Amino acid sequence: MSTSTQVVQDLARREYKYGFITDVEQDIVPRGLSEDVVRLISQKKNEPAWLLDWRLKAYRIWRTMKEPTWANIKYGPIDYQNMIYYAAPKRRPSLESLDEVDPEIRRTFDKLGIPLEEQKLLSGVAVDAVFDSVSVATTFKAKLYELGIIFCSFSDAVQNHPELVRKYLGTVVPYSDNFFASLNSAVFSDGSFAYIPKGVRCPMELSTYFRINARETGQFERTLIIAEDGASVSYLEGCTAPMRDENQLHAAVVELIALDDATIKYSTVQNWYPGDAEGRGGIYNFVTKRGKCLGVNSKITWTQVETGSAITWKYPGCILQGDHSVGEFYSVATTNNWQQADTGTKMIHLGRHTKSTIVSKGISAGHGQNTYRGLVKIAKDAGGARNYSQCDSLLIGDQCGAHTFPYLDIKSSTARVEHEASTSRIGEDQIFYCRQRGLSTEDAINVIVSGFCKEVFRQLPMEFAVEAQKLLSITLEGSVG
Amino acid sequence: MLRIENLHVRAGNRDILRGVNLSIDIGQVHAIMGPNGSGKSTLARVLAGHPEYAVTGGTVAYRGQDLLAMDPEMRAREGVFMAFQYPVEIPGVNNAYFLKSALNALRKHRGEEELDAMDFMTLVRDRMKWLDMDETLLNRAVNEGFSGGEKKRNEIFQMAVLEPALAILDETDSGLDIDALRIVARGVNAMRGPDRAILLVTHYQRLLNYIVPDVVHVLTDGRIVRSGGKELALELEEKGYVWLEQAV
Ligand SMILES: Nc1ncnc2c1ncn2[C@@H]1O[C@H](COP(=O)(O)OP(=O)(O)OP(=O)(O)O)[C@@H](O)[C@H]1O
Ligand SMILES: [Mg+2]
Repeated sequence: MSTSTQVVQDLARREYKYGFITDVEQDIVPRGLSEDVVRLISQKKNEPAWLLDWRLKAYRIWRTMKEPTWANIKYGPIDYQNMIYYAAPKRRPSLESLDEVDPEIRRTFDKLGIPLEEQKLLSGVAVDAVFDSVSVATTFKAKLYELGIIFCSFSDAVQNHPELVRKYLGTVVPYSDNFFASLNSAVFSDGSFAYIPKGVRCPMELSTYFRINARETGQFERTLIIAEDGASVSYLEGCTAPMRDENQLHAAVVELIALDDATIKYSTVQNWYPGDAEGRGGIYNFVTKRGKCLGVNSKITWTQVETGSAITWKYPGCILQGDHSVGEFYSVATTNNWQQADTGTKMIHLGRHTKSTIVSKGISAGHGQNTYRGLVKIAKDAGGARNYSQCDSLLIGDQCGAHTFPYLDIKSSTARVEHEASTSRIGEDQIFYCRQRGLSTEDAINVIVSGFCKEVFRQLPMEFAVEAQKLLSITLEGSVG
Repeated sequence: MLRIENLHVRAGNRDILRGVNLSIDIGQVHAIMGPNGSGKSTLARVLAGHPEYAVTGGTVAYRGQDLLAMDPEMRAREGVFMAFQYPVEIPGVNNAYFLKSALNALRKHRGEEELDAMDFMTLVRDRMKWLDMDETLLNRAVNEGFSGGEKKRNEIFQMAVLEPALAILDETDSGLDIDALRIVARGVNAMRGPDRAILLVTHYQRLLNYIVPDVVHVLTDGRIVRSGGKELALELEEKGYVWLEQAV
């Protein structure tokens, strides 16, 4: 027993290899939040009046809101007046040419394994790189544009495609949605924008890589993806941050819109700095992600592998409005050391014969606390709606916890809902079996955990599945005995 | 190749093995028989390094090394294989992938190159033939939903691929139908050779008709009370263990 416990504990102490800091000159707005700060951000981004107006409405409503307390997470108070809401590298490229990216920032992304030269990238992946509050580079823009696909930073979209932004912004996550979404709506600085026109299947994976660098700065990005009739796109999101002793807030919003017969696959590999083995530092990740299946036969799939952050609070959901639309949620959430995750999904069935699938895999190690929270809501008129949910928890060691809160709200008499749940502990006998075949304890845990997560990894594009698996093994390093 | 001297083992707060002596030469096949609860599996698991057991006395030398000082994975890499009486399930982990990882861990330890997918599959197909194994088992999760007999056959299949120097088979014959028993025995016999030793734990003399042992031992109450040739198994079949216990 003791040897594997030892290894689990060692695993838990593994190092975060993305924790370095980049030294670049920053353009920073004064600490704290006020209408002036909102105006300043909007002005820096040269925004149209309607957008500033929208931000101000969000800010005013946010001031009346309270931070939610219902989640199964514990953390000290966040001082919203002692935070910086906008930090951007001073040397801004015109974003016309990738050659103009600050070499220091380019090196940063190189180190993270995201080269910003197109020829060096994984073929078939276009990347938007976001550094603190702004997008610093977007690759393959021109090539995609030939197909009518718009893939650019959110700021560029506001400048170049304001009609699209205005039409869809806030239609899935309104500025009044919740505390963190409202905060984001007031101060969001950048993010990614993708538009796939009618009938176009996006030929490459679109991806955004988020990097927090600046100290005491919150990151508030906003992503908007629209797939027109018959369009399809697969989108990936990755993220890392330096190791710092203080906590940093990340409050993002993602909105997806799928029209008739459109398909959007949104995959996240979340690896924000989780804090150290004693629970010091780490990112507070409060994120609102939602997709709207507006058209008939549309489909939205969320896949997430959550390995980082001190606190994760996110419930990527789908509003299934179009008849026969489909929503899917596949999740692996890992908590080790003192990490806490309260994550799950919301599937709102409005249209007839809508279908949703939820597969959640929670892994807890160290003192990690892992909560699945999911809502399946089926409206009165959503005849023939179906949901299948499966929530499995895996415990490594005996000081961690797993919790499951499935909420059902079924108003239609013809709905069918199935829910399965399980909690298991990595067995000493499983580990011994692997070791008897020659695998080290660490490899044994990795093998067992990856088997546990298989249904979710299968949803990820190949290279990312490999990456996700590696990350998972790093997160769990030092976790078993 | 294996020399066990005066081995004492505790689990929970019970002494389970109480002075086991046993030597196996390379090239030999030994059988261990004995009543339920006498400590046969305990002996097998202790040799494999299961962390649940505390060795309170004695020594085990394996190819001149102190076996008890090695981690379970080191023992495996040095050629010790145990076929489990109750193989565990590892949900979601592909059987072929698992076996390939195991084989490559052993090869790496020996300083050999890892086998690529092609060479691995060639080897695997060959060994599956020995055991008349259904190829679909390769692509299922390790032991998950396998029938009792399929699990046992999978253990022997792993042994055939990993080619250990010392194979310890804990009741591999239990739960096999008559045909499967013959097939598994054929697999074990194919593994028999001058550079390998095999230790069989069994309750049934029937297995020993197929795999003829060089030596048979009887373990009762944590001690080996009798050793002999293959005739000993026949005698036990006839007279039961009580006869021996009275003789002690
Ligand atoms: N971890 C343990 N803790 C306490 N007692 C144990 C433990 N493992 C084994 N024992 C006990 O030791 C004794 C020997 O068990 P073992 O499994 O070695 O018997 P066996 O000879 O293999 O029996 P069978 O023929 O039924 O397989 C049994 O009484 C068993 O209950
Ligand atoms: Mg036994």
